[in-house]
Amino acid sequence: MTERVGVYVCHCGSNIAGTVDVVDVANWAEEKLAHLGVVVAREYKFMCSSLGQELIEKDIKELGLTRVVVAACSPHLHEKTFRTAAKNAGLNPYLVELASIREQVSWVHTDKAVATAKAKAVISGAVSRVIRNEALDELKVPINPNTMVVGGGIAGIQSALEIANAGFHVYLVEREPSIGGHMAQFDKTFPTLDCSACILTPRMVEAGTHPNITLLTWSEVVNVAGYVGNFHVTVKKKARFVNEELCTGCGICEEKCPKKVIDDVFEAGLGYRKAVYTPFAQAVPKFPVMDKENCTYFQKGTCKACEKFCPTGAIDFTQEDQLLHIDVGNIILATGYDLFDARQVSNYGYGRLPNVFTSIEFERLSNAAGPTNGTIVMRDGKSTPKSVGIIHCVGSRDKNFNNYCSVICCMQGLKFAHLVHERTGATVYNFYIDMRTAYKAYDEFYQRVLEEGTLFVRGKVAEVTDAARYSNEKGKLIIQVEDTLAGKQRRIPVDMVILSAGLQPRYDAKDVGKLFGISCSTDGWFTEKHPKLDPVATMTEGIYIAGCAQGPKDIPSSVAQGAAASARVLDKILQKEVALEPVRASIDKDSCSGCRICNGLCPFNAISFIEDDHVSDINPALCQGCGTCVAACPAGAISGTGFSDEQIMAQIDGLLMKNLEPEIA
Amino acid sequence: MNKYLFYPGCSMESSAKAYMESLNTILEPLELSFEEIEDWNCCGATEYLGINLIPAYSLIARNLALASNQMNPMNGTGATHTIVAPCSACYLNLAKADHYMQERPSLGAKVNQALEAGGLHYTPGTLDVRHLIDILVYDVGVEKIRSKVVHPLTGLHVAPYMGCMLPRPDYKHRWSDHEHPTELVDVLRALGADVIDYPLTTECCGGHMTQIGPETAFELIRRLVADADDRGADLMATVCPMCQMNIDAYQNEMNHFFGTDYHIPVLFFTQLMGLAFGREPEELGIGAELVSARNALAHIGVEVPVTQEPAGPRKKSEGLPMPRRLNKHEGKEVVK
Repeated sequence: MTERVGVYVCHCGSNIAGTVDVVDVANWAEEKLAHLGVVVAREYKFMCSSLGQELIEKDIKELGLTRVVVAACSPHLHEKTFRTAAKNAGLNPYLVELASIREQVSWVHTDKAVATAKAKAVISGAVSRVIRNEALDELKVPINPNTMVVGGGIAGIQSALEIANAGFHVYLVEREPSIGGHMAQFDKTFPTLDCSACILTPRMVEAGTHPNITLLTWSEVVNVAGYVGNFHVTVKKKARFVNEELCTGCGICEEKCPKKVIDDVFEAGLGYRKAVYTPFAQAVPKFPVMDKENCTYFQKGTCKACEKFCPTGAIDFTQEDQLLHIDVGNIILATGYDLFDARQVSNYGYGRLPNVFTSIEFERLSNAAGPTNGTIVMRDGKSTPKSVGIIHCVGSRDKNFNNYCSVICCMQGLKFAHLVHERTGATVYNFYIDMRTAYKAYDEFYQRVLEEGTLFVRGKVAEVTDAARYSNEKGKLIIQVEDTLAGKQRRIPVDMVILSAGLQPRYDAKDVGKLFGISCSTDGWFTEKHPKLDPVATMTEGIYIAGCAQGPKDIPSSVAQGAAASARVLDKILQKEVALEPVRASIDKDSCSGCRICNGLCPFNAISFIEDDHVSDINPALCQGCGTCVAACPAGAISGTGFSDEQIMAQIDGLLMKNLEPEIA
Repeated sequence: MNKYLFYPGCSMESSAKAYMESLNTILEPLELSFEEIEDWNCCGATEYLGINLIPAYSLIARNLALASNQMNPMNGTGATHTIVAPCSACYLNLAKADHYMQERPSLGAKVNQALEAGGLHYTPGTLDVRHLIDILVYDVGVEKIRSKVVHPLTGLHVAPYMGCMLPRPDYKHRWSDHEHPTELVDVLRALGADVIDYPLTTECCGGHMTQIGPETAFELIRRLVADADDRGADLMATVCPMCQMNIDAYQNEMNHFFGTDYHIPVLFFTQLMGLAFGREPEELGIGAELVSARNALAHIGVEVPVTQEPAGPRKKSEGLPMPRRLNKHEGKEVVK
């Protein structure tokens, strides 16, 4: 049967028509591609408008079109629009092809003749392909209403609460002993100077006691199988060595434990904890964990002080790691960030000069629940600084480390300036490259700090040194900086330096991304589906991202993203079933040699190996139709629906104009 | 035996003789074999590149061409394509020529055109240009150095001075850090020395500014010496002949210029290695320095013989004789 093809060439205003002779292209297609079945070719100002769509629908009905080619923008933008139009007119949506003559032709060429010729070639390829397209049906799978949120920082807590409050169950998985994340470490939050703990802990308590939330702290996801609506997640619940059923959270074990260790995590190395500990007073859950590496009993075989004093007998040295198998329909990753290791900027002296502090160290220093009870002192633990330098953009906006702006550091630097000024009366200098105080009430805070008398020096600090050059520098830290407003080099002696260190992707973000089948940007942050219009979804259906895992952001933005991701999940849950794109790969079992090359390549973990038959198998619900395996299969055993070799070869022939009838001389 | 091609550079035969002498004493215990490049020439030091690029690079590349010719016959007897320079300026120039001939093919072609006149050719990237301390830390290893120490330098406070030309620009990512590299510190610690924290380790010694703008150089030298003195250094250890000469030879003039009175001896790190390996000071060229290391080394029981030639006859003063200076220890002249 010969197909009846309609070709529709869009002007896109002047976007396409400015560079491509659209009338010529339409006439050419109707004439030269008639032998392939083109019965009509039209051009229109905006094909995506409702009038443009109606034009296509009318032709399908009246001219009995069986195939449609729309020569317009990239399929990323309007493929869905035209497929829906076809569906409305009773044509299977997968019999519509988009020929991208905007992104791939008019926007990248200036010569009209060349662009027109190329537009013809692209359309020719699309026509050759579309007549070989098959009608496909969408796949429907039911959705498991349970959700897993990975990461118990403020973004994850917000996500979990939104979904739980809507009446669905959430598993909140956290790697550390308590939820709370970085926000729990902070003293004040900018720009309102709310006490961080005061606004965070009610949320933590709510998440900890919510009937719809199962809290899994001291736990990590180790495996993810399945697909949207039906994920099978394996969570490793690390041994706490404390029986959660019996423990009342009284804290006697921690009090009696004789082993004191530096707390590198919560106290940022500035304070101590015991070998059995809860990281902070308001920890949720209240159960402590035992640090096996530092516990005297585990290392030397004697002690057990905690066990002796525990009034409920909750200490259990025999506990082992547990593997929990949990089925969920959707997953939200809110795994957060790591702080840039300021030791890498050796010219700022962190790790060598005692009175150089990082931002997180200062947060602990100024926190009333921190190691100094909120007294701002130097490394000796007693002297108050008389002058403090705060250096912005440490490890950010620096091609030697991270190119991007870490977003929070300007406001954080201002907050520190205010706190130092308020609590010590010291002279405070802020060294900045550009002051970035976007968002609500942020710039007002900057004005406030300016008025308080903080000094601002615009310029990237070259060096922090203790090598005094002049007598007034003896015993001080000297900040060498080019003051770009005054246009001169300055040496400013101070007592204390705070490095406003940037944010970095988690050290294991790549591995975590791989585990969940999502990708990372070149900087290492999780990649969103669309940077503007779909910032919380990923290219893998059913996996969402929120908070700093997606990129540096402050608390309000993290909370907003957490809630946004939950809205997307709730939308999925309430649909009860999910329609999957039918563009999939499938394996011809007779041709498969069982080489397993495709197994490791699949970015969506859709390919498994069937040991009994010695062949690989693709899970259609998991496959996203990317085509990687199709290209890689050495036996040619894998083909993609909608992307068969026949279709691709025909499209290439079309592009090369090999499909034209030979001219009769 | 690890074999390397060796480019000594001019100063090793003149101002930095002590560096050469001391280097020769440590080769055998560390099982190193250096084969000098035959007919090598000056690297052009720091100025020539600023004046005329093609001749300057050709001058440097002649050495690379000679070295690449020489590396071939070494085949079979432990072939090497590594060329070692003990001087930071030489090292930087050789590395720079190799790097830019590769990065800018047109420059490489012009340089090779010049080399052709002497029947030579250099394909950039053939040789691996490395500094002596790089070889000692990363090929020989700190542990091996430590194992050869028979006279640890315990109690000797040393300021480790790397100089500015060694760690930057780091074309091949060789150094641990560009501002606070640890290579020299590691070697000195292996010798048992008390290495002080010396933040100026990669600051400039003034280079040839001592010739063309002495005031500028004096200030740079003052910072280095003053900070070492403040931090209680007995002496400074260096890896570069120019650094050694500037801080040693101009220290007195610098003191005169600023009215200060610093006496910080500067030794090559190889001289300290020689001492720790049990060699005598005179074998290591110790005593030739202008700011004497005698007192500093006396701390660790090393006695430096007086080798300096006696000062020549004084010029006859044409003015009136001055009264003798008052010496309060000579009791009887003190009027009470």
